[in-house]
Amino acid sequence: MKKSKSAALERKKEVVAKLESFGLDLYEQMEKGVFPSIKMPSRSIENIRYSPEFRQYILGERKVHRSARNIRHIRPFTQLVWTAFFAHELAKHRKTSTLRDVYYSAQAYNMSFKDQPESNNIITDLETISGFAREDFNVFPEERSAIFGDLTIEYTVPGYEGKQLNLTSHPDGVMIGPALTSSEFAKTGADKVIAIEKGGLFTRFVEEQVHRKFNALLVLTAGQAPRATRHFIHRLNKELSLPVYIFTDGDPWGMHIAMVIISGSANAAHLRELTTPDAKWSGVWASDIVKYKLPSDPLTAVDVKRLYELQRDPRYEGKLWQRETKRFLKIKKKAEQEAFSRYGLTYIVDEYLPAKLEALEED
Amino acid sequence: MVQAFEEISAADFFYRNRDIAGFTNPSRAIFSSIRELVENSLDASDQSRIPPEIYIRLSFEYEGSMKGSGEVKAEDESLFENGFRGTEPKVYRLRVADNGSGVPARHIPAAFGQVLFGSKYKLKQTRGTFGLGGTMALLYGQITTHKHALVKSSTGGARIYIYKIMVDIPRNRPIILDRKILLNKEGWRGTIVEFSLEGDYAKAMSRILEYLKQTALVNPYANIMFIDPKGRLYKFTRVTTQMPRPPKETKPHPYGVDVEAIQRLIRVTPCRNMVDFMRNHFHRVGEKTSHKFLEFAGIGKTINPRKLSRERIVRLVKMMKRFRNFLPPDASCLSPISEELLKAGILKELQPEFIAFCQRQPSTYSGHPFIVEVAIAYGGNIARKNDLVLYRFANRIPLLYDEASDVSWRIIKRINWRRYKVSLDMPIAILVHICSTKVPYKTVGKEFIADRPEVKREVLNGIREAARQLQRFLTKREHVERERKRLSTFSKYLPKIAQFSTELAGKKRPPDIKKLLWSVKKYEEK
Ligand SMILES: Nc1ncnc2c1ncn2[C@@H]1O[C@H](COP(=O)(O)OP(=O)(O)O)[C@@H](O)[C@H]1O
Ligand SMILES: [Mg+2]
Repeated sequence: MKKSKSAALERKKEVVAKLESFGLDLYEQMEKGVFPSIKMPSRSIENIRYSPEFRQYILGERKVHRSARNIRHIRPFTQLVWTAFFAHELAKHRKTSTLRDVYYSAQAYNMSFKDQPESNNIITDLETISGFAREDFNVFPEERSAIFGDLTIEYTVPGYEGKQLNLTSHPDGVMIGPALTSSEFAKTGADKVIAIEKGGLFTRFVEEQVHRKFNALLVLTAGQAPRATRHFIHRLNKELSLPVYIFTDGDPWGMHIAMVIISGSANAAHLRELTTPDAKWSGVWASDIVKYKLPSDPLTAVDVKRLYELQRDPRYEGKLWQRETKRFLKIKKKAEQEAFSRYGLTYIVDEYLPAKLEALEED
Repeated sequence: MVQAFEEISAADFFYRNRDIAGFTNPSRAIFSSIRELVENSLDASDQSRIPPEIYIRLSFEYEGSMKGSGEVKAEDESLFENGFRGTEPKVYRLRVADNGSGVPARHIPAAFGQVLFGSKYKLKQTRGTFGLGGTMALLYGQITTHKHALVKSSTGGARIYIYKIMVDIPRNRPIILDRKILLNKEGWRGTIVEFSLEGDYAKAMSRILEYLKQTALVNPYANIMFIDPKGRLYKFTRVTTQMPRPPKETKPHPYGVDVEAIQRLIRVTPCRNMVDFMRNHFHRVGEKTSHKFLEFAGIGKTINPRKLSRERIVRLVKMMKRFRNFLPPDASCLSPISEELLKAGILKELQPEFIAFCQRQPSTYSGHPFIVEVAIAYGGNIARKNDLVLYRFANRIPLLYDEASDVSWRIIKRINWRRYKVSLDMPIAILVHICSTKVPYKTVGKEFIADRPEVKREVLNGIREAARQLQRFLTKREHVERERKRLSTFSKYLPKIAQFSTELAGKKRPPDIKKLLWSVKKYEEK
């Protein structure tokens, strides 16, 4: 665990160095009397492919060339340089910011973005060029998720450096925000991570002492997990070697929440360390609906269409995924996590979870 | 019962049908009176070749009544915008003075007191046509006020004549009430007409002002002053003293004559054979054409024209229409405005950014020569009104009424303007001028041009040609605008790129980007 101690800080330094060398490169081009230009991997659909080796989407060989010489490029080019400058300022002063913040801050420099998507897109450019996620530049999205369990972290954010916190301190869980994301892992007594899609069930798990009974860290994804949370889960798995189990609703959308934590999304093909390929989707499966006779709803036309899409998705090649998508289509039913309540409030914790975890560990 | 038959005079006819000459109601009548007198003045100065000075004064005399002004037609909507019944027409005194040719003393009474008497029946381009307009104005004044008119004129000789006249309507003859002769010590030349009439200036005002403005536009060599009943002075000042080349009187073109015309010629001709007859009395017919035509028509070259039988005359006219080898009428009898003058007039009245101009080659319809001139003006004082503005002119007078029936209007509506980079919300005015020895008006009122295929083709081609010039202008403007934007984009962003990279790189001084900016400036797109 000593090794991970400096990892977060090291990474910050790398980010700053990367931004500075980006600036220097442009500076030197201009000094030589040429229009500054950059090359970066193309993020167009044709250049995104699934890599079985990385077990996630990656960008291909295609590059795009952006030059300040080009009248159509110069505005986004300037916005990119400004964003790098702004990220550098954030890092230097150890401040964090949100996507919304970046959009508004630009106006102070007379660099207005047309709208939020334009500003977000430029940030993605910067990610692509540098290979770092926006969270590394201290830019966070608005949506937040939470964690609860026996993990002691050590802050690196200004004013809290060296301070430690055990993540069982607050029963609502601790928000996975900038401070937590940039913290070091000091110690943990847990031996697994359970990620949960919905807030209601997360609270139930805390009340039912799931973290103690199963020796687990509980992560609330709050729907589709934000990238900061995906990276955090990645670190828990990588740095602490904890197996990860993901528990979602039993429908194509729940499945895909699990899948994005496991294999990432095409939108983040330019980034690494957001995925946890060894994480396991532990339900609710289609077979669970049958096996536990869960109260269910019929699949809608949209659900069915989505299932067919998933079947063709390269991330869904695995046996489990093919089997479950097929079964959903066969039974034409879906069920929510809360469906287990028909057997009493604690059934899911006392019966279902132990059986499921046991089965998965044997896999 | 025995039906009563009677004959009426020309004056009586136009008295009964004054609306066909543009004297429909008090508002229209006051407009038409001013217009007819101004056009006479302009014709008179064309003849004397001296740039016109026209002075118009309209003053209020007394509250009038509708008596004698005849029924009012409700169809003329444009004049009823504010609800006609609200206002009573008033009596005004109109005075129009010019420095034109003057009227020879012995013709003054008839020129102003007799309908269908005039000096413009010859084959050359003039504004007036039938010897009708000026007399109609006076006649209208007389029937609405029972007063005589005053005409003062001199041709620049030793004397000035002043006539008090009225029209004897049933007999179409002038009544001379008084005649004075003054000595012309100053050598004055010109004509002053003054009379009273019932009218509605409040309603006619905007049309009158528009009329004067457009008149000034196509006659940029004229000084026009107008003092209205409120004492307001409107002044249209000339920008040039150059006048269009004067029209020459011409002979009839063979395509335009009929049996009656031939018979009249035969009665007066001194020619003894058909070759000479053709050559001497017709426009663009020379020795060779004369021979060829007579062979084509199968009429003996040596026949004495006076001996032509009725059947032969009919045949002659028929063959004239069929013969393909007459030269087209030449345009010496026409007096187009010319590029220089029209542009001067447009510039003076509209101050546009750009003017396209096209003068078409002379053409003919039914043997009448005509020339179409088109100008398209962009920007300046031209209103943006989500439609193109059309100014129509014929023989250098503006046409204001019945726009939608005019051939030019229909053509403009059918053109796909986007092809010329024109969108309807642009400030664009299209000016179409048709000059001819016989303008193809649809009515006596001289308001709009009929849909003659020959005329239509020329107007269409003229507009197209001018539109192409406009398109080149708009393209160039767009290009310049784009280039300006491009440069300003570079000079906005490049310094910022320099600034932020300098800070990122931790350098003290920003890189020198002057050269880069300069290099964009020299760069020409395409
Ligand atoms: N201001 C004027 N100066 C010189 N001649 C004039 C003037 N007004 C009228 N005339 C003469 O009077 C004639 C009759 O005028 P008018 O009734 O308006 O008919 P038109 O203009 O059609 O010939 C004209 O042909 C012209 O010879
Ligand atoms: Mg006249």
